[in-house]
Parts: sequence; structure tokens; C-alpha cells
Amino acid sequence: MLKIEGLTAEVEGKPILKGIDLEVPDGEIHAIMGPNGSGKSTLSYVLAGRDGYEVTGGTAHFNGVDLLGLEPEERAAIGVFLAFQYPVELPGVGNANFLRTALNAQRRARGEGELDAMQFLKAARARLKELQMSEEMLKRGVNVGFSGGEKKRNEVLQMALLRPKLAILDETDSGLDIDALKIVADGVNALRAPEFSSLVITHYQRLLDYIVPDRVHVLMAGRIVKSGGPELAKELEATGYASVQAAA
Amino acid sequence: MNAAVNSGAEGFLHRFDGLRARLPGTRMPWVQALREDAATRFRSAGFPTRRVEAWKYTDLRPVSDAGFDEALSILGDSADLPAPLCDRRAVFVDGRFREDASTLGSAEFAVDGLAQRLPQLEGRLGSLARPQEEPLVALNTMLFEDGLVVTVPAGVAGGLLELASFASGSERPAAFHPRHLIRLEAGASLTIVESARGPAETRYLHNPVFEIEVAEGATLTHTRVQQEGAKAFQLGTIYARVEAGGTYDNFTLNAGGRLVRNEIHVTLAGPRATCHMNGAQLLRHGQHADTTTFLDHAAPDCASRQTYKTVLSGKSRGVFQGKIHVHQVAQRTDGYQMNQALLLSPDAEIDSKPQLEIYADDVKCSHGATVGALDAEQLFYLRARGIPEEAARSMLVQAFLAEAIEGVADATSRAALEAAVSGWWEPAA
Repeated sequence: MLKIEGLTAEVEGKPILKGIDLEVPDGEIHAIMGPNGSGKSTLSYVLAGRDGYEVTGGTAHFNGVDLLGLEPEERAAIGVFLAFQYPVELPGVGNANFLRTALNAQRRARGEGELDAMQFLKAARARLKELQMSEEMLKRGVNVGFSGGEKKRNEVLQMALLRPKLAILDETDSGLDIDALKIVADGVNALRAPEFSSLVITHYQRLLDYIVPDRVHVLMAGRIVKSGGPELAKELEATGYASVQAAA
Repeated sequence: MNAAVNSGAEGFLHRFDGLRARLPGTRMPWVQALREDAATRFRSAGFPTRRVEAWKYTDLRPVSDAGFDEALSILGDSADLPAPLCDRRAVFVDGRFREDASTLGSAEFAVDGLAQRLPQLEGRLGSLARPQEEPLVALNTMLFEDGLVVTVPAGVAGGLLELASFASGSERPAAFHPRHLIRLEAGASLTIVESARGPAETRYLHNPVFEIEVAEGATLTHTRVQQEGAKAFQLGTIYARVEAGGTYDNFTLNAGGRLVRNEIHVTLAGPRATCHMNGAQLLRHGQHADTTTFLDHAAPDCASRQTYKTVLSGKSRGVFQGKIHVHQVAQRTDGYQMNQALLLSPDAEIDSKPQLEIYADDVKCSHGATVGALDAEQLFYLRARGIPEEAARSMLVQAFLAEAIEGVADATSRAALEAAVSGWWEPAA
């Protein structure tokens, strides 16, 4: 699904990623853990194609496609989804309009038929019900006046509607109470399938109680310094990142 | 025709000399007096230059350098009119009322062409307009050929009326100067949806003047959708006087034209009168649009709200000048003015000049202005969801305007505005 080799990147001339090697096979969920400033968010932005995050070396392939050569919208259309750490407020853009425009833009890019207003509403209502969210969510401006938890739930709603092949969750758990955390986890778990993979970026082990990863990678100072099974997350929780650093 | 006298103020005066006997009201001394006084004024003032404070940011030389013929001698065609927005529509082609193309039906109030009603308009025409102060109003007064006359009797809910103005696009550049008179008697109401359009490839000048009277407790909603042709000049002036408890709501969308001035003078003349003046300007290429408002708080307990939003791309230039004058008697005035601009190109420019002049002591008055570019984070968020860059930019521009347009309560007006806004955006503008 995703294959990253020797990836280096800088922000404002400052090297942040210093050679990442990572492979996420089809159907697997991988967690990336690491302390603040280790490059976790930079990795997610580089994969999503944000301006200002300059790739200086290495490659990232998504099902054989050179991801780094694509525009952000092209990456989305082939199935890459980034759940933002800080979802952006869009005053004046209705959530329903936003979701439908995004869904249809992706479908158009893939040569699929677009959904009309009724078809969209039907699909959106079904996802809302699954995620135990109110239909009010569709009527409001995108993330405008949403609480932290609502913003994250809105990310999960987008993910559920857009049905990506690869979901990158950038610290989606930060600032969430346990109920919201479960909703996020349920959203990811609902998508679990042989052709769905996820990269769960988190500072804490807590989210991984609900989204059990196949592999855990520790990112420190722009490099993956350790990889292991789900037990590695528990180990980190007990010993902290300092012990990994000392070992590395 | 001699090009030297075809252009500039002299050109208009020269043509006025030739048209004197053919303009409406030739045999009415009061009309003749209005025209002659205006001509005298226009002769001495000419077109305002940028040395005049109110015209500091708008250069009228492209208008004064261009040659025009008054539309009186041009017979325009009114074919290919777009579908009406509502049941009643008054159609103007090259500034003249076209009853044949209008659908007026029967209602509790009359809608007429000004030329045919002129004998009954003595004392009304010219009661609010100030040609001595505004040379373009003098030009209109000197040369007006027709216009809309609406009177809604006391207590009558007038519903919707569309005022549709078209330029025919004749081979000779036309100049037309309609004078529109709108009067709402006590407790009456009316919603006017005004549109102005013309062909893209023809140069013309549309110089309308409105005189609007809103009596006690009456409400006029006036929505203007300006989509003149790309080579057109529109220089419009509105005078509105609102009596006690009355409301005048104006929303102006400037999306067309090469050089546009939207000048509005509102006097809140009676206690508890209110005025909303909102608008949006959508500019690209080398377009220039100027919104200049004068709000006169001349009575106590009045409220005014102004929000203007301008989107600029290419080498376009936008101007907003807003003056709020609070007279000494106008205690407990509540005035608010906001001007926001979104710059989509480094070559675009917005000039903003708010002005508060307050002579009363118990007053709440504020103004603000913001200028910004599209937010990079918002743009990335949309693109990361699969929305192509141009569509994402369009969504954000429309979102910027949405706040202003959502405030328009009348659904027909709002639909007309939304259609114009969504039609404005084209990729790679």
C-alpha cells in the first residue's frame, strides 16, 4: 500500500525528516509514536502534499504510484486521506456542501459518476447514524464553532464518506475525551478491510487501546529508531521515549 | 462628427445643444429650467478630476476621453432578454422604458415610464438629487431621457418588482442617463431587484440617478446586480430619504463593467429610521469599481449598518469610501461600517477610506477595514479532501461573500445575487 524509502524533508530550510524508511502493507494499521518535535506531523503533511514541506530526498509510493509527484487533490482522489491534528474552520462553507463537493471531486477524478443532492444526503445520513452523530453536523459551517471533539468527529465523518484506501491520522486523539476517542477508533475500525491501511500518528498509547495496530514505529529526531508489535506501545507508555533514545 | 467635440464634457454639452428640442419636457418650463441649470453647472464643473477629494481614487478620464452618442438617436433592440426574476418586470433598453418588453400586470400601484409621466412630476423630479454638488448628477439632469416611476400608496405591500436595464450594443457607443423615481408612502413596502447588463464588446455609459423616498414606517429593499459589459462605464448615484420608522435596505453587487462608481447618499430624516447598505465587488483584469457612501444621520434613534466585501484578482482596483455624518440632533445613533477585501493577486489594489463626522454626544459608531489573501491552511484543507485548487479557491471566495449575501432576506434577491457570484468565477481568471 505505502512504501517510503530514504525520505528526507525540510521546513523553512530546516531538515526535519532525516531518512524515513517505512512500509505499510495492504490491510495493516501502523502506529507512529514519538515525542513532540520528532517529525510526526511533518511526515503526515509531506505525504498529503502540503506547500512549505519540501522533500529533499527519497521516495514515497502508494500502490506503486509516485505520491510525491502528485497534487494534494490527486493524492486524495487515489485514496490518501489525512485526518488533521487541527481541523481548519471554513466560515461560510456549509459542511454538507463541502462534503459533497469533496466526494464528487474525487469521484470525478476517478471517472465515477457524481452523487446528486438526494443520493449524497442518503449516504451522509447513513454514515452519521453509524458514527452516532447528529444531522445538525451537516448544516453548520465546516468546523465553525465546533468543540475540539466535534472537529475530530467531523474528520472521522469525512473519512467514512470518502472511504480512503490509506488513512493518516495525525494526532487525532489529542484533546479528546474517552467517548470521542472511541468514536474516532470506531470510525477507523469500521473501515478495516484487506484493501484499507492506516497510519496512526500519536503521542500517547491510549488511542492504540482502541485501534490495535499491527506494527508500532518510534520516530525520533526525523528517523524511525525502533519498530515492533503492539506491545512496543505499552512498553513506551511504561518507560517513556527517553529509554528508546538511550538504546538508539 | 467632430471627434474633438464628441468627447469630454464639451461633447456632452454639444450634444445637449443639439438635443434640447427632442428631450422629454421640451414644452415644460420647469423641466427646461432643471436642464439648463444642470448644463450651466456641468459646463463650469466638467468631469470631476482626482484633485476633488471624493474622486481621489477614481480617475474618470477613460470616460471623458471616450466619445459617445446620446441614446436618444439610437434605436436599440430588446431581443434576447433573460427570463424574468419575478411577475412584474420593467425593462429598460439603452436607458429608455420599453413597455412592450415589460410585464407590469395590474397591481395596487402603478409602474410607469418617466417620459410619459413627466407632466405629473413637477416638484418630485429633482427633489432629492443634488446636481449642484455632483457633476455626474448634473450630467444626468441635463440629459435624462426616461426612467422608472413607482409610487406605492400608503399601507400597500408592493411585493417584488424587477428593474432590468440592458444596453443594446449598437455600433455607436451610447450614453444614457435614466432618472428613476421611487416613492413609498407611509407603511408601504416594496422589493426592487435591479439588474444591469450589456454586451461585452461594446463601449457605453450608463449614468443612472435614483431619487428614493421612504415615508414613515415604509420599507424598501433594493437589490442591485451590476453585470455591465466588460467595456462599459456605469456611474450611478442614489439619493434616498428615509422618514421616521422607515427602512431602506440596499445591496449592490458590482461584478461587471470596466469602470464603475456606485455612489449612495442616504438621509435618515426621522426618528428610528434604519438603513442597511451592503455590497460586494467582484473584480478582475483591469476592472475598477468604486463604492462611495454618504450616510446622514439627521434624526435621533436611527441605526445604520454597512458591510462591503471586495474580491480582487488580476490588476483590478477597488475603492470603498464611506462617510457617516451624525448631526447634533441625532442622539442615540447606532452606526456601523465594515469594509473587507480579499486580494487574489499581487497586482490588485484596494483603497479604503472610512470617515466619521460626529456632532452628537450620545452615539455608538464604529468602523473597520480588513485586507487579506486567501488562507493557505484553508486552501490546503480543501485540496487534501480532493477538491482541485481552482474549485477550492472559488469555494473560499464564495464563502468570503456568503456572510454578506446570507444577510439578504428576500429569496428572489438572494438567488439573483448567488447566480451572479457563482457565474463570476472562472478558473485562471
